[in-house]
Amino acid sequence: MLLYEMTLSKLHDELTSGRISAMELLDGVLKRIASTDSKLKAYLRLTEEEALKAAKAADARLLAKEGINPLLGIPFAIKDNMCTEGISTTCASKILDGYVPAYSASVAQRLFNFGAVMVGKANMDEFAMGSSTENSAYQITANPWDLSRVPGGSSGGSAAAVAAGQAIFALGSDTGGSIRQPAALCGVVGMKPTYGLVSRYGLIAFASSLDQIGPIAKSVTDAALILNAICGHDPMDSTSLKVGTSDFTQGLEAGVKGLKVGVPKELMGEGIDDGVKAKVEEAIKIFEGLGASVKEASLPHSEYALSAYYLIAPAEASSNLARFDGVRYGHRTKEDVEDMVDMYSKTRAEGFGAEVKRRIMLGTYALSAGYYDAYYGQAQKVRTLIMDDFKKAFSEHDVLISPTTPTSAFKGGEKTKDPLSMYMSDICTIPTNLAGIPAISVPCGLSEGLPVGLQIMGKALDEPTILRAAYAFEKEFNFSERPKL
Amino acid sequence: MELETVIGLEIHVELNTSSKMFCGCSADFFGAEPNTLTCPVCLGLPGALPVANEKALEHTATIGLALGCSVSPITKFDRKNYFYPDMPKDYQISQYDMPVCKNGYLDVEMTAQELSSQSQEPYVRRVGINRVHLEEDTGKLIHIGQSGRIAAAEYSLLDFNRAGVPLVEIVTEPDIRSADEAKAFVQNLKNVIEHLGVSDCDMEKGSFRCDANISLRPVGSEELGTKSEVKNMNSFRAIQRALIYEIERQTKILLDGGRVIQETRHFDAVGNTTSSLRSKEEAHDYRYFPEPDLVPKVFTEEEVRALKAALPELPTDKKKRFISDYSLSPSDAAFLTSSKATGDYFEECMRLKGDAKKVANWMMGELSMHLNAAGLKIEESALTPRHLLSLLKLIDAGSISGKMAKEIFAESFETGKLAEVIVEEKNLTQLSDSSEIEKIVMMALSENSKAVEEYHQGKDRAIGFLVGQAMRLSQGRANPALLNEILKEKLSEKA
Repeated sequence: MLLYEMTLSKLHDELTSGRISAMELLDGVLKRIASTDSKLKAYLRLTEEEALKAAKAADARLLAKEGINPLLGIPFAIKDNMCTEGISTTCASKILDGYVPAYSASVAQRLFNFGAVMVGKANMDEFAMGSSTENSAYQITANPWDLSRVPGGSSGGSAAAVAAGQAIFALGSDTGGSIRQPAALCGVVGMKPTYGLVSRYGLIAFASSLDQIGPIAKSVTDAALILNAICGHDPMDSTSLKVGTSDFTQGLEAGVKGLKVGVPKELMGEGIDDGVKAKVEEAIKIFEGLGASVKEASLPHSEYALSAYYLIAPAEASSNLARFDGVRYGHRTKEDVEDMVDMYSKTRAEGFGAEVKRRIMLGTYALSAGYYDAYYGQAQKVRTLIMDDFKKAFSEHDVLISPTTPTSAFKGGEKTKDPLSMYMSDICTIPTNLAGIPAISVPCGLSEGLPVGLQIMGKALDEPTILRAAYAFEKEFNFSERPKL
Repeated sequence: MELETVIGLEIHVELNTSSKMFCGCSADFFGAEPNTLTCPVCLGLPGALPVANEKALEHTATIGLALGCSVSPITKFDRKNYFYPDMPKDYQISQYDMPVCKNGYLDVEMTAQELSSQSQEPYVRRVGINRVHLEEDTGKLIHIGQSGRIAAAEYSLLDFNRAGVPLVEIVTEPDIRSADEAKAFVQNLKNVIEHLGVSDCDMEKGSFRCDANISLRPVGSEELGTKSEVKNMNSFRAIQRALIYEIERQTKILLDGGRVIQETRHFDAVGNTTSSLRSKEEAHDYRYFPEPDLVPKVFTEEEVRALKAALPELPTDKKKRFISDYSLSPSDAAFLTSSKATGDYFEECMRLKGDAKKVANWMMGELSMHLNAAGLKIEESALTPRHLLSLLKLIDAGSISGKMAKEIFAESFETGKLAEVIVEEKNLTQLSDSSEIEKIVMMALSENSKAVEEYHQGKDRAIGFLVGQAMRLSQGRANPALLNEILKEKLSEKA
């Protein structure tokens, strides 16, 4: 087996036993990138120099047996909306052209401290807005399973890189499904933790109350290991939860016997592709076979989730993205300007792409005087109703399962002209962001040769249960197909 | 048509916390090298997140409690969205519908000296406090160009040291009825906040600044007239002058049958006039919404109780105490509690065992006069309570005369030397030795035989002349009582 095809946990054994070095592993991954990324375009930029240094340092730690941990020496990709000190970070937007952060995001810093090896910044939809990674201002990432198809978004670069062996794992961010949806479309594991479990400090905000960083990995165990490394309270983020760190690999093998699984009928009905539905139904049978009790569940307000989301997220985004004004960093118009307002207008008109502008306008409108109550206020009420739906569902079920996405990977360009159809890609994932609860997507088979994702949702801070369920399914189902690149 | 003035004030107070509102940077920015007290958070760099300064929240609650407000059990932050280059995030973290404190008041005693119109009787004006909320200050723009204003600037420089300094906004109800009241209110408010110790309240440094909303309406009307908002007033006098100007301006417009335009006006301290800055047509829609990066702050009942219990003595209570403890008149006590530093000065004098009435008289008289002339604050005076007491001791002992005391005071104020040192250096002690005075008296009598003659002829006023001459010969040092006594004695002997 090639090194880049191995899981994080397997590679950890190889590294600590001395069978391979971090340098060799890095070399394998860099070669894989060199041979595939001209087709895939998963990376916006590689950080080879830093990676070589980090791998060398990891080897020294391995040799001295100091600071050994599961991430030591493991090559990873990081979505380009997380700040990395001294390394250009753009959110795949022209407005941040040439911007080099003066500090690293807390998650990046933690991974660096563990000795993980960053190989590059992954492509994404501009400012994490989109579900196909076609909104990047720089390049379009392809799906490794079928280069004519999208990898999903907005963490499409991260998911494609992991699926193609261009990184052992990656970090993505999930505002409405941006980790789980591309993970599903690329056939890898993606997890959105409970809101506040992972620090957002240094994550360039899209919608602050929804954004959450999480792992994209090759296995559930890997996802748990990465979560171990990045979770925990951060004094720099006041929404960061003050919960003790736990080992999420503990209890993974406890099985699902007696686990009460709910299947929300609203996420299995209209709009879900038949091929996808068939795979999820097979997954349900597997759960039953493993001793779980599966019952229908209901999230009655989920039909309003998409509408609420497309008011709240753009509202917050319109404010979060105001700072990109050309005054202090990033792009500034080179046109002649009449005054300050003209400078702002031209800079922002040139710097932002169409989707970002669309959402800024939506959000500005939703918050404007006289419309606040009708739009933003109403959306927040819907959000509360959705939270209550989940609370009620979790009083009867331990976990909820659904398809991660309504369809498998669609063709490039297929939905770019129709924003609403693109927004529909996230109908199954958005409710959990509104509720702040954790969810994981695991591959549950192929439909017409393309991966399908199974979503497992749990109550706030109940990551151990969804990881346990995902692990049991993964072990039983044994999804072993790999994209042929 | 008789018009009534309606004024509401917005006062911004920079808190003196050691760190900024949402990050760990030092809030002590005054005089610091530009952009040295900054970090990703206060620079609003992408990805940076705010963390609320608990001390600033407590200070804000303390201000509210001192103003009789209630502290909200839950308070949250909101974003106020607008574009301006001095704002790193292009939104300001402020508070909208759930401020830290609401519904208080401040009673302003209008004494005769605070009323520029002589005809009015002293009275108390209760000014309602609508809200007290917390926000972050902005950075500073320095416009390079002749005018110093943005419009004609060649380019502008930005200093973000001030960005993120905690700023409390106190909003009054439109309860103020004159420029005098506005000025007195602001003076009183500043005094209260100084007593709390939560801000240095330095108007020159901009840590205590005031905007005014002013409108006129027919007497008896309940409806508010169209207002103008006056900004850029950085002294008590400026507040008074700006409002006097606005009252006159609006009165003239209304009496001429015109309409006041709602706008923001800039006060020009040189010309004592206001000019239009921007009209409300360009007014911002701030698109307030709850700040999603911060969790609401909960003030428990215990916390509020503890903050209340920790409130220091406020000016009104201090005034009452001064009257009862030191048997001072209400007006003396009012003067002595008119600022924290004045009260502290007085109490230090009392600690040094001064006589309350005498100390008060010297503080209101010579000290005030010299401070005004020198443009100094009492806390900057070289003449400390110890100096004042040293002087009073010499007067009480009869070592120096009242006239000498004033000269010594002036020198002590100037040089910071203690009175006894000045007296020693200049050999200024009062002459109380009878035989010495007798010699001087004899000399005066022999030099002024004509006056002596006149005295004996019954011209009483000649004695005044002779006292003056003797005093001159003693270089002003002779004990006046003793001199008088000896002079009369010698004159009667000669009779």
